[in-house]
Formats: sequence, structure tokens, C-alpha cells
Amino acid sequence: MVSQRSRVLFAIAALALGAAVLFPLWRVSLTAPQYPEGLGMYIWAHTVAGISPNDLQNINGLNHYIGMKAIVPESIPELKVMRPGILAMAALGLFVAFTGRLRYMRWWTGVLVLSAIVGLVDFWRWEYDYGHDLDLENAPIKVPGMTYQPPLIGSKNLLNFTATSLPATGGLLAIGAVLLSLGVATRARRVTA
Amino acid sequence: MSAPRRTGWIAASAAIVATLVYGFACAPANRPAGTIGTGDAASKVYVAPGTHDEFYAFLSGGFNGQVGVYGLPSGRLLKIIPVFSQFAENGYGYSEETKPMLETTFGNIPWDDLHHTALSQTNGEDDGRWLFVNANNTPRVARVDLATFETDEILQIPNSGGNHGSPFITSNSEYVLASTRFSVPIPQADVAIADYAKSFKGTISFVKADQPGKMDVAFQLLVPGYNYDLARAGKGPSKDWVFFTSYNSEQAYEKLEVNASKADKDFIAAINWKTLEACVAGGKAETWPAQYMHNTMDHATRTAQNEVKQSVKVLTPTTCPNSIYFLPTPKSPHGADVDPSGEYIVAGGKLATVIPVHSFTKLQQAIKDQAFETTIDGIPVIKYEAILAGEVKDPGLGPLHTEFDGQGYAYTSMFISSEIVKWKLGTWEIVDRAPTFYSIGHLMIPGGATTKPSGKYVVALNKITKDRYLPTGPELTQSAQIYDISGERMKLLLDFPTTGEPHYGNAIAADKIKPNQKKFFTLAENKHPQVVRNEKETGVSRSGKTVHVKMAAIRSHFSPDNLEGVQVGDTVLFHITNLEQDWDIPHGFAVMGATNAELLIMPGETRTLKWVPKTVGVYPMYCTDFCSALHQEMSGYVRVSPVGSSVPLKGNSVKAQGQVARAAARGVTLPTPPSGEGANPHAGHSMPQPR
Repeated sequence: MVSQRSRVLFAIAALALGAAVLFPLWRVSLTAPQYPEGLGMYIWAHTVAGISPNDLQNINGLNHYIGMKAIVPESIPELKVMRPGILAMAALGLFVAFTGRLRYMRWWTGVLVLSAIVGLVDFWRWEYDYGHDLDLENAPIKVPGMTYQPPLIGSKNLLNFTATSLPATGGLLAIGAVLLSLGVATRARRVTA
Repeated sequence: MSAPRRTGWIAASAAIVATLVYGFACAPANRPAGTIGTGDAASKVYVAPGTHDEFYAFLSGGFNGQVGVYGLPSGRLLKIIPVFSQFAENGYGYSEETKPMLETTFGNIPWDDLHHTALSQTNGEDDGRWLFVNANNTPRVARVDLATFETDEILQIPNSGGNHGSPFITSNSEYVLASTRFSVPIPQADVAIADYAKSFKGTISFVKADQPGKMDVAFQLLVPGYNYDLARAGKGPSKDWVFFTSYNSEQAYEKLEVNASKADKDFIAAINWKTLEACVAGGKAETWPAQYMHNTMDHATRTAQNEVKQSVKVLTPTTCPNSIYFLPTPKSPHGADVDPSGEYIVAGGKLATVIPVHSFTKLQQAIKDQAFETTIDGIPVIKYEAILAGEVKDPGLGPLHTEFDGQGYAYTSMFISSEIVKWKLGTWEIVDRAPTFYSIGHLMIPGGATTKPSGKYVVALNKITKDRYLPTGPELTQSAQIYDISGERMKLLLDFPTTGEPHYGNAIAADKIKPNQKKFFTLAENKHPQVVRNEKETGVSRSGKTVHVKMAAIRSHFSPDNLEGVQVGDTVLFHITNLEQDWDIPHGFAVMGATNAELLIMPGETRTLKWVPKTVGVYPMYCTDFCSALHQEMSGYVRVSPVGSSVPLKGNSVKAQGQVARAAARGVTLPTPPSGEGANPHAGHSMPQPR
């Protein structure tokens, strides 16, 4: 068993992780001279949506110039499993906090960190795919050697657009959950019950 | 004194003498331009690039039938709103959806003379919902929706000859007012013009205006056959009243210039509309047959509809006593303007040597005291002295209109002496005058017609601009001028040309309009019968000699972009839906040889162009409004074959274009495997085959 304080902190980490599905995880925003108001999308655990109601449609409309595939959330399998996965992890985390077993906590944290890494790599892979797998034969605008992969975190110029990618509320909650559980898993000491 | 200094002194004296002589000899308007406007004038109207004006100004376009929208104080033209005129720029009055807006019982009338504007009000303040405007020639009143800056509704006014005193509005937008400028036989009849006094009547109409799409002539008051000119509704204590000026109480019907200018006094008609409402509710109104049209833009289909109304309720002063009084007013009054407190009714006697001001309080007392000098057709004429609050003496020549700054001052335009005269309410003393360039008609202070004027600027709306701008042939531009009225003296800041001849105008704080702007029409809510919501729904069909083309427009192509099987003499209806859902991305459409205008289709909207090809050939069609880097490529062809040709009717829509991913990008939700048809996207995208 670990201390009461550690268990509470661990439970908070699990709850923060669960709460992440209530908010967008990531925000990709696009600005260009012609779009002073900006365009952008939120990536949720279960879907991709425009920041403004028609942003996704407008982004797809613009992306057709460079031959990029349309972003169709229904066609992304990860979005079907991510939300149940996160919720299951959160529930498991709460159970682990309840048991107060440090070993479980370390296992859970390990799985979470691993999942986060897999998730980010997967996200990067999708970005890579959208940015590189271009229908060049039908792309009205072809710039030799140009690809359009947005950054995972940070800003990048893609033709006339500046794409900025940052964690959103849900992402920050998930990052918080990782850091908190890591803290508990590495610093908690066993105490006798 | 050194030589240069002496020279300077002499030059300055000479300039002063010259100015005085010039000033006495001619109208003050001839002062050289350099002496007006002070050093900081430019900075006061300078709106830096990328920043917005403080006010929207809506200036009527007079004989162009449109409204010009300008930013103040910059004077920048922001938009032209077509109301009573066809407008080739966006196809208003040309597209099948908008043609009905210009329909009247006389037929489709593609023009009118738009004189006055009135912003909707709540509690006597501008609320920024709607702008009402009048058609002077074929009497009509229109509502412009300020979320879209489009004409939404037009109501014809029956029993009227020249809808000039219109569309002034009551303080909670209950009614817009409409009086007949030219009295006519009512109902219309074949009578001798010499029977004017016997057979001609005027009407004052109360148009219910508080609900969009539901404008209606609630009732009309039959009044003596004079010329009714302008109007203003009361506010505050006088909010149940409206005031109309009239001239030609002589009832002359020829050589009006002389014969209608003989009487020392004509009348302001003071009307209690609450009393009229009660009379109508009490069954005092007669229902007269009258045909007039009501045109509304259906918001779901974006298509205008017509309704012909068959009757109107008419009241007479004798059946509804205590509802109307005549206030004698010198001389041939033009404007009737009510100050922000609602107490003073200022008349612009265009031939008078004073500006008479009536008191609403005294009017109530005079009615109570029965201080009448006579009665005309059942309308009591109140004694001038009993209602007069005061007279502004020697104001200048030709007072027309008055606006108020909310600080206790009134500003009257002087047509003949081309100046604005500022005077104090209550003391009636003149405190300032400023020349205008030239022949000012109306003048306008933002909110000047409300209980809360924003007394920062006065805008002069001028008829003549000789020497103000580069000459442009016999006809010169019309003009507006902005004066700073925040200080004691009026300061000319800027003049700017206007479209058409501005009559009246209104200006309103930008913050009351800007946040409500519509960015696009939601495609999912488009209920046009020929809408396409994505490229898959496009297609061509024939029904007898009519060909319907359901077409999509999106950056940067039409779908279908090639049509075959159209025959000479077919009526081709291009129903084009703009699939964009983004601000400021309209698409245009034009086809060679169409005896029509272009279409300008707003995002999410469907518009229809009618085309009857007369000769065989292949006709290009293209997008007219620059939409993207590949705008030039947004084009296609229509092949027109002889009558009876065996060329099958077809359009190469989505399937032929084979871009599933593209279709998905157009809002189609279907997930598609990455391979799919993209592998051979040009399959079926065939050019017309030579036969």
C-alpha cells in the first residue's frame, strides 16, 4: 500500500485522463493572409471537427488544390477505439488507486506512457500520410518536392498557410495525467496498511 | 518692417478684403476650398488600413433605386444595395429567384426613385435590425435586412400617387408611414384634371412593419387633395403622433410652381395613430377594393414570392374624429422634424423667411381649448399662434430639413443659400452657419432621427458639385460632406462622392450591426427546390422544351461543366448552388448570349439563370466573381444542337469527374478507401466528341 496522499493523487491522474475525452485533445490551426480569422480543427478522442462549424469542410476544400485527401473522421479507425480506450484506462486507474498497490500503479503508468507514445506516433503517421500521399495527378497546385505535413507540436509554414499544432484542453489533461501518475509511481513509498 | 514682411502683410489684407467683397457679392459657397477645413481635418476622417469605421451610413440613391452604404467618418463606399432597380452586378431582378421582388400590379418594374431611409427603432433608438426605404414613383416600401444587407420585402402602397413622405418610422417600429405626394382620384378613375379640387384625394398610409415578411397596409386615412411631402413620427410624449407636411393647399393642378406657392401658410397634418388604430378596431374603417402586391423573400428557398392583396381599410377624418389636425405652417413646408425630446416639431418652410417650430404641449392644449380657426373636410385647423413654440428668424434661404445633436441644438439645411445653420432649441437663436457645396437637400446626424442622437458629425447631402471633383461630362457626381459638430463651430472634414442622388440617409453605430452579419447561408438549410448539397446531386433533365440544369459551384469548378443535348429554342434554367460555406466566397455565373445578367450566388445559396439559346453552337459559360487561383479555369461549355437533334441530354457531373475524394471534400460524409477511383480520375471526363 502507498500513502493516502499518493492514492488521492493517483486517482486525480486517472480522473484527469478520463476527463480528457470531454475536451479536444489537439488543436491544429491554420492562418493565411486570406484567412485573417483563421481556420482550424480540433482533434477529439472520437472525432475531428472544425473550430468553427464549417472549418473542416473549408480545409478539405482548400486541400484539394494540393491533392490532399479529404479528412473524413468516419474513415479514421483510431477515432473509434480511442475514447473507449481512454475511459477504460481511467476506470482501471481509479481501481488501482483504490487498491493502493504501488506495483499496479507502476504498471498502469507504464501502459499509459506507452499508449501516449503510440498515440503520438500514430498521430504523426496520419499527419505524414495526409501530408505526403498526395493525388499529384489531380492536384491543381504542384510544388516540386513540397509536402504538407503539419507539425506535431509547434508551427510550420505550408505554402501560404501557417499551421500551428498544440495540445488542447483534453491533451493538457492527458499530459497532466501522465506526469502526475509518473510522479506518484516513482516517488511514492510503500507504507504498511 | 522688412520688405518680405510688408509684402506678407499687404497680401494678407488684400486677401481679407477680397474675401469680404467676395463673401458679400456671392454666396459664401464660393470661398476658395483652401480656406475651409482645418489642419487636423484629415486625421479626423482617417481610418487606418485594416481598421473599421465608427458608423455605417445608409444614403438613399435617389433615381438609381439603390442604397449606398458608406463608412463614417471615412466616407468609404462599402456596398450598394439594390432595392427597386435591377442590379447587373449580382443579378438582382434578373435571376428567377429575385425577379418577383420587382413585381407590381402594373407588371415587373425594374426601376424606382428611392428617396428616404428609416432604420428600425426600439424605444425611440436605432436597433440595427432593418432599413426601410421608399419608392417614390410606383408607390412602394421596402425592408432591407441588415444581417444580409439584402432587400427582403417590398410592399406596394395602393391609393397613392407618388410615395414621397415615406418610410418614416414610429418609435417602436410599429408602423412605417407613407403619404401620397400627388393627390389622385381615389379610387382611380377617368376624370377631368380640372376637377382636381372635387375629385382628387390624398392618402396617408400606416404600414405595419414590425414583423419581417408581414408588412401590410394596416389602414389608410383619406385626406384633402393636397401634395403631401415629408413626415416624422413623434417620440417620447408625442410617440403616438405622426406629422406630415403638405403643400398646395391651394389645390392648384397646373403651373404649380406659381399656383401652389400663393398661400402664406400650408399645413402640417398632426395625426394620432393610436386613435386611428382604435377607430379601425371599432369597425369605423371601410374596406375598399384595392389591388396591390406584397413581395417577400422566402428565407428557406431564397426565392421571392408574390401575393396580390385585394382590399385595404380606409378611414376618413369624419368617421374617426380627433385623429387629425392641421397645423398652419409657413410656407410650402418641406421637412417636419421632431426633436429628441418629442416636444418640438420643426418645419422647413422652403419658401418661408423663418423656421417655425410648433410645440407638442401647446398642440395638446390647443386641442383641449378647441383653438381652431376653421375646419377642412372634418379636420380642425388649429390657430398658428396657439401652437407656435417659436420662430428662428433670418435663418437663410430655403430651409428644408432639420436634425438634432442631442445637445440642445438643431441643424437646418438651407437649399437656396447652400449652408447648414445651427441654432438653439428654446431660444431660437442662430449660433453658427457653415457653407455647403452646393444645394444641400437633407442633412443627417447619426441617430439624428431618434431620441439619442450621436452628435459627432453632420453629413450634408448635396445636389450639385460644380468645382468639387474632377469633371465627368455634363453630369457631375452627387456628393456628401461631413462636418465635425463636436465643438461649438461646425468644421468641414471631408467631402466624398455618392452614387445616385442622395436624399435622406441614416447612420448607426457600427457595433449595432457588425456582430449580426450573416457569413453564409447554411447549405443544410437550403430548401430551394433545385438545390444540390454536393456534386453527386447535380444533373440535367428535360421536360418538354424546358431543360433544368442542377449545377454546383465550388472553388474552382462547376459540376457539370459540360452540357450536351440542349436544342435551339429550349428554355434552359441553370439552377446553381454555391457549395461554399465560407465568408465572402460568392461564385458568379454567366453564359454567352444570354439576354439576362450574370448570377452572383452567395455561399450556400441557389440561384437560377434563364437562357433561351437562339442558334446552334458551343457556348462558353464561366464564373464571373474572382474566387480562387484557378478562377479562370472555372468554366465550361454548353453545346446547342438544332431542334429535333438526336444528341442525348447529358452533363458530365460527378461520376464522370471521378473524384470520390473530391466529392467527400464537398461535405459528403461517406468514408472512401484511399485507392478508389482516384487511380483513374479522368475516366469518362471526355471532351465533346466530333460527330
